Amino acid sequence: MYFLKRILTMIPLLLIISFMAFALIRVAPGGPFDRERKPASPEIERALRAKYHLDEPLVKQYFRYLGGVLKGDFGPSLKYRNHTVNDIIKQGLPVSLALGGMAFCFAMGVGIPLGFYTAVRRGQWGDYIGSFFALLAFCIPAFVVGPVLIMIFAMKLQWLPVALWHSPLHFILPTVALGLYFSGRIARLMREGMTDTLHAGFITTARAKGLSESAILWKHAFRLAVLPVVSYSGPLLADLLTGSFVVENIFRIPGIGVFMVNSTINRDYTMVVGLVLLYAVLLLVMNLLVDLSYSLLDRRVRYE
Amino acid sequence: MNEAAIAHLTPNQRAWKRFRKNKPAVISAWFLAALVLLALLWPAFSHPRVAALLPKPLTYSQEAISDAQFQPPSGQHWFGTDVHGRDSLSRVFFGARISLLVGAVGAGVSLIIGVLRGAIAGSAGGRTDNYMMRFVDILYSLPSIVFVIVLFTTFEKTLKQWLNTAFATPMGAKAPLIFLFIGLGAVSWLTMARIVRGQVLSLRTRNFVEASRVLGASHARILWKHILPNVYGIIMVYLTLTVPAIILYESFLSYLGLGIQPPQASWGSLIAEGAHQINPLRIYWWLLVYPGAMLVTTLLALNFLGDGLRDAFDPRGSR
Repeated sequence: MYFLKRILTMIPLLLIISFMAFALIRVAPGGPFDRERKPASPEIERALRAKYHLDEPLVKQYFRYLGGVLKGDFGPSLKYRNHTVNDIIKQGLPVSLALGGMAFCFAMGVGIPLGFYTAVRRGQWGDYIGSFFALLAFCIPAFVVGPVLIMIFAMKLQWLPVALWHSPLHFILPTVALGLYFSGRIARLMREGMTDTLHAGFITTARAKGLSESAILWKHAFRLAVLPVVSYSGPLLADLLTGSFVVENIFRIPGIGVFMVNSTINRDYTMVVGLVLLYAVLLLVMNLLVDLSYSLLDRRVRYE
Repeated sequence: MNEAAIAHLTPNQRAWKRFRKNKPAVISAWFLAALVLLALLWPAFSHPRVAALLPKPLTYSQEAISDAQFQPPSGQHWFGTDVHGRDSLSRVFFGARISLLVGAVGAGVSLIIGVLRGAIAGSAGGRTDNYMMRFVDILYSLPSIVFVIVLFTTFEKTLKQWLNTAFATPMGAKAPLIFLFIGLGAVSWLTMARIVRGQVLSLRTRNFVEASRVLGASHARILWKHILPNVYGIIMVYLTLTVPAIILYESFLSYLGLGIQPPQASWGSLIAEGAHQINPLRIYWWLLVYPGAMLVTTLLALNFLGDGLRDAFDPRGSR
C-alpha cells in the first residue's frame, strides 16, 4: 500500500520536473537551428520551425510533447536530424548503464571492505592509513584521475588501450576513473555505520553471550551497518550517470552522458527534456528500490 | 585537565579544545591559511618593486606569453610552461584565486539561503514548514548538475548582455564568475537547510527555550539569543564541508568548458588544458599533475578540517 502511494506520487513529481526542464530550456535565448550553415533563408528556418511545431504557443507544445511521451515517443532530435530521441537513448543507454554498473561494483567492492576494516581497526594504524586513502579517493575527481590513468597505463606503460569501448580491456580504466570517488564515499559511510552499530546495545548483549568476534561482526553488526550504504546506493546510481559525462568525454565512450551536455548547449529541446526525464525516472525508481530493500535488511523498518 | 576545570568552559570553548588536539585538522587549517595568503598576495609578486626582492620563478605574470613552450619543470619555471609559454606556477596560483573565491562565495550564498530557509521552516512550523520541505524534496530529485548546466548555458548570455548594458563593458567578462557564485550556491543549500531545520526543531522544545518563552521573550529574541548560538557550530561544520563540494563543482563545470572562460583560469580549466595536451608522442605531465595535485590537496585539507570541526562540535559523531 505504502509503495503504491509512493509510485503514485512519482507522477506529479515527474510532471513538475518535465515542465521545469521544458520551460527552462525553451525560455532560454538561442535555438536549435542557430548553428546551421548560414545563410539559411528565413523561409527555410520558418519551414523548419513549422515542421517541429516550434511556432505554436509554448503550452500547446508542452502538451503535444507530453502526449508523445505518454505513448513512449520522446520526439525527434532537433540536432541529429535523422535520429529520434528514442534511437539515441537506445544506442547510448546500454553503454552508460554498463559503465555505471561496473563502476558501481568497483565502488562497492572497494568501499565496503575498506570501511569495514577501518571501523574494526578503529584508533589503530590500519584505521588511520585506510581512512586516509578513503578520504583521498573522495577528493580526487574523475577528470583528474582519468587523464592521469591514461598517461600512466596507456601512454607510458602501454598496458591498456587509451580510449573507446570495444573489449573488456577497454573497460578497466573508465571503471576505475568513475568508481574511485564513490569508493571513498562508500568507505566513509560504511565506517560511520559500522562504528555506530558496534556501540549499540545488542552488540554488547552478543558479546556478553560469548559469541565469537567474527559472528558478531558479520552476522549481527554488518547487516545493520550497511544500511547507510544501501540508502546511498540510490542517489549513487544517479551520481554515476552524472559523473559519466566526464568519463565518457575523456575516454571517448559512446554513452548517453555526452549527449546531455552537448544537447543542452545546442538547445536540442527534445533531447534535453527527454534525458532529464530519463534521469529523474532512474533516480526515483532507484530510491524506491532502496526503500524496499531497507525493510528486508532491517526488520524494525515497516511501511504502513 | 580534571573534570571540574572542564565544567567551567562553555560548550564552544570545549569544542575548540577538542579541535586543537586533532592534528590533521590543525595542519590542514594552517595549510589552507597559507594557501589563501599566497593566493591573495600572488598578483603583487609580479610588480617590479616586489619582484626585485623575490626569486625569479615566483615573479612571472600569468598572462606573459613567451617562446618557451612546453618547458618541463626546471629552476626557471618550477611548474613548467604551457602551450603559450606561460608560467604554470603562476597560472596555478591565479587559478587558486578563482577556485577559492568561488568556493567561499558559493558556500556563503548556500549558507544564507540554507540558514534562512531552515530557520524559517524550523521556527514557523506547521503548514509553512511542510510546504517548504516538499519543495526541498522536489529539488532533491532534480539532477542538480543537469540543472546547473541548463541554467548556465541558458542564462549566461542574457546575464552578460544585461551586465554590458547596465554597467561599463568589462563587467560582461565577469558574468561567468557571478553565475558560478549564484548558481553553485543555489544548488548547494539543500543539505544545509535540512540540518539547520532539524537542529532548530529539536532546540525549540528544549527546556531553556521554553523557560525563555514563559518569561515573555519575543520570537526574534529567542531565535537570536538562544537558537542561533547553539546551531552555529553545526553551521560552521557544514560550511567547511560545502566549500570543497563547490570547488569540485566549479572545476567540473570549468573542465566541461562551461565555467571560467580563458584567459582567466581556475583549477578545473587548467586541468582541462592539461588533459587536452595528452598525446602519444610527448607527455606534458606537468600541465595536468600540478593543478590536479593542488586541487586534490586543497580538497583533502578542507575535508580534514571539516571532519575535525564536526568531531569537535558534534560529540555524538566523535565516539
